Amino acid sequence: MEFIQLIIGGVANGCVYGLIALGFVLIYKSSEGVNFAQGDMMMLGAFVALGFVNDDYFGLAFLPGIILACIVMGGVGYSMDRFVVRKIFGQPQFALVILTIAIGFVLRFVAGAIWGYSPLVLETPYAGLTFAFGGLIISAEDAVTILATILLTAVLWYFFAFTRIGLATQAASQNQLSAYYMGIPVKFLNSLIWGLSGIVATIAGVLAASKGTIDPNLGLIGIKAFAAAVIGGFGSLPGALAGGLIIGVIEPIAARYGPAGVSQTAPYVFMLLVLILRPAGLFSQITAKKV
Amino acid sequence: MSLLEVRDLSIAFGGLKAVDGLSFDVAEGEVFTLVGPNGAGKSTIFNMISRFYEPTEGKIFFDGEEITHLPAHKIAELGIARTFQNIELFDHSTVLSNLLMGRHVHRKTQVIQDLLFTRKARADERSHRRRVEEVITFLELEAHRDSLIAGLPYGVRKVVEIGRALAIGPKLLLLDEPASGLSVEETRDVAFWIEDMKREMGLTILMIEHDMGLVSAVSDRVLAVADGKFLAQGTASEVQSHPDVIEAYLGTGVNGEPELKKEEAGA
Amino acid sequence: MKVIFKKSYDRDIDLFKDRQTALRIGLLVLVLVLVPFFASDYFLAEATNTLIWSLAGLGLMVLVGHTGQVSLGHAAFLAIGAYTDAALMNAGWPWLLAFLTAGAVTGVFGAIIAIPAIRMSGIYLAIATMALAVLVEEAVILAEPITGGVAGVFAPDIAIFGISFGRYDSLPNFYWLCLAVVVIVTFGYANLLRSATGRSFLAVRDSEISARALGINVSRTKTLAFGLSCAITGLAGGLMGHFFSFFNYEAFTIIISINLLLAVTIGGLGHIQGAFAGAILITAVPQVLAIVRDGLSNIGVDLSGVPGLDTLVFSLILIGFIIYEPLGIYGRYLKIKAFWDLFPLSRRDMFRRQMTYLKTERMK
Repeated sequence: MEFIQLIIGGVANGCVYGLIALGFVLIYKSSEGVNFAQGDMMMLGAFVALGFVNDDYFGLAFLPGIILACIVMGGVGYSMDRFVVRKIFGQPQFALVILTIAIGFVLRFVAGAIWGYSPLVLETPYAGLTFAFGGLIISAEDAVTILATILLTAVLWYFFAFTRIGLATQAASQNQLSAYYMGIPVKFLNSLIWGLSGIVATIAGVLAASKGTIDPNLGLIGIKAFAAAVIGGFGSLPGALAGGLIIGVIEPIAARYGPAGVSQTAPYVFMLLVLILRPAGLFSQITAKKV
Repeated sequence: MSLLEVRDLSIAFGGLKAVDGLSFDVAEGEVFTLVGPNGAGKSTIFNMISRFYEPTEGKIFFDGEEITHLPAHKIAELGIARTFQNIELFDHSTVLSNLLMGRHVHRKTQVIQDLLFTRKARADERSHRRRVEEVITFLELEAHRDSLIAGLPYGVRKVVEIGRALAIGPKLLLLDEPASGLSVEETRDVAFWIEDMKREMGLTILMIEHDMGLVSAVSDRVLAVADGKFLAQGTASEVQSHPDVIEAYLGTGVNGEPELKKEEAGA
Repeated sequence: MKVIFKKSYDRDIDLFKDRQTALRIGLLVLVLVLVPFFASDYFLAEATNTLIWSLAGLGLMVLVGHTGQVSLGHAAFLAIGAYTDAALMNAGWPWLLAFLTAGAVTGVFGAIIAIPAIRMSGIYLAIATMALAVLVEEAVILAEPITGGVAGVFAPDIAIFGISFGRYDSLPNFYWLCLAVVVIVTFGYANLLRSATGRSFLAVRDSEISARALGINVSRTKTLAFGLSCAITGLAGGLMGHFFSFFNYEAFTIIISINLLLAVTIGGLGHIQGAFAGAILITAVPQVLAIVRDGLSNIGVDLSGVPGLDTLVFSLILIGFIIYEPLGIYGRYLKIKAFWDLFPLSRRDMFRRQMTYLKTERMK
């Protein structure tokens, strides 16, 4: 029973990692690079939501506040691509790594300047509630996190599989140049994907915030989400979620049954093992260069 | 005696057999050309000889020694150099240092000697440079010696790649489409160089080429392949007039020399 | 433009391309040697810090700039160098021995790390090294007997033949010591670049496939590059430990790794000079900001309440460079120099095709 309890908590954490990893994958598909600022976008999303929802600031109702935050962060993501990232279009992946690391620092500064560096709590309507099923106790935070992730995944799946824009995005991610020639507005779509990943980051941020406090260094969770994305193999959206869940579950189990210090390192060790055995991730899309 | 022997070589990518039971010999001192339609598996054969690809079946012998399973970096040491279809030069270095990189297999210094740049390192550098200068003179690259590759026109880069292969001081030179994308004049230069490499340097050359003008001009023997299989072998004109070859290029019922015409139209 | 008439191959092999360059470098070193005679203690400490960062930058440059392997985990190697040096000195070893051993240990560690790392490319290597940095940070906390755990460890003052090179009681000596290490390492680095080993690094950076066809053992070359890079970084770590005197794991966080990578990128990847330019920038930004802040407070604008301002400025400079000058400070310097050398004949597109050094495209 205790084991199942651990798993549930792990799955809820894993959902947050998975959602950040989802952001990595979205951007990897559109810009062929990794957005190292994804964790910081999540952090900023959490703070913007806090700004709209908490009584100290705007004090809106929870849901409208979150939706507003999503809109704002969607705009932030969109503008990041439109005004900064697009300028390095065609440069190697490494340039995007450096650029997004720097953007991450800027976002952290912005959050620190507005909301300060001491930890804050996002006021949620479901704080402290718990449900009991037999011997299991599930906190409302965990339940909301899991349900929200399932919902978001379904919406994203519908978006990519059935909407015109989603399909166009898929085409663009497979071959940008030919998509461009076919009249698909590749640049606009890329910006849109960045906007979308801003929204996903905000939801991840809100879910992470509801489980604890937030401060400008919250974005460092992003490093763990890297592990999730690597395990999933950057190219795959379901892979990212799966990777997140694996990382989420490993952590509490390692903490409970392993020696001290293992819970912090277990995700990375697992990721390194994956990389050593499959250097391009579990669901690799990279093939050897042709000569 | 044959310098390179390829025996029943096959490779499959997934279910697709790119090369299927191919055998041929390249005699010492000859120019041997592989021709065939795009996707016939010619570059794949090169990549197996260079040991970039692992053959699924068959054997490759060089100078009587089996090289089928050697690691790729051992191939140059044995004396096999190659060029690439889509130029693979070191773009951020000068022509000179690109050619010097071709001398890697002949280095005599250890890392520690390089770090301290001992007398021996300097002597080594001088001898590499002398050898490279010979290549520069041979290929008339003097004007470009200190230019960065990234700024050079396509034709020159193509020549630099041949030069880099020559710097290795090979016995066997693999040229992957040396004339593709070159002008008529540049192609003529390549033809002369191939002749000289064969006559003066005593090199054996295995070449892939589509330009039938060049193929006829320099090849001693030609092997036509299609779908990774043996089609015909002989002199350039024999192979060109072979009915199976014509069929492979054009389908049935048409006569002529399609590749040559295409090249002429493009030039 | 100055034309050099070359009468022997040695002119291309020599370290400096002409006497003028040799003189200029000599003069620069001389000025650096004389710094302690006219600089304040505060400035001298900053200069020492810059030298140590330059050394770390040189280490990373071997890997990123010249071999094309990204590392986001070099703080781990700084840490290994610093703790090894401190631990050995605390065990009674003389400084020089402890210092060189620290470099060697870090180098060997780097070469071992390279065994799995050489199979990864681009983004995966960056993330793997980042994870490595996190793991080393945790390991430092756990290895309490050596590292002092969370509390930290004390790096004893350096003394050679009874002469103190202590960070606090004889700063000029410590500065000269750092300078000597930097000059020696730079000399070795420059030698490497003009010899076969350096060329094999560049070959691996620009085209692995060609490198293999030329007989370069790519795995061995990458392992060597990792080893050398980490050894130099380990030496920098050793000096850094003495510079801090007392340090714990927080001195070598992931942020340090990132800053180091950002520094060499801004400085100019693929050039030794780039490591120095980056180090100067990263250590100068907080100083310049402090001066600006003081100046502004005099006219009534108070910025002292805004933490993290130096990181912000540094990040903005970086964003500017990535967008407008991916070749970095030294790359921009070369462009300006070429412009004036060829004036008025330079062409705008002269540098067009040599964008950046690291290519890790998704390969199809």
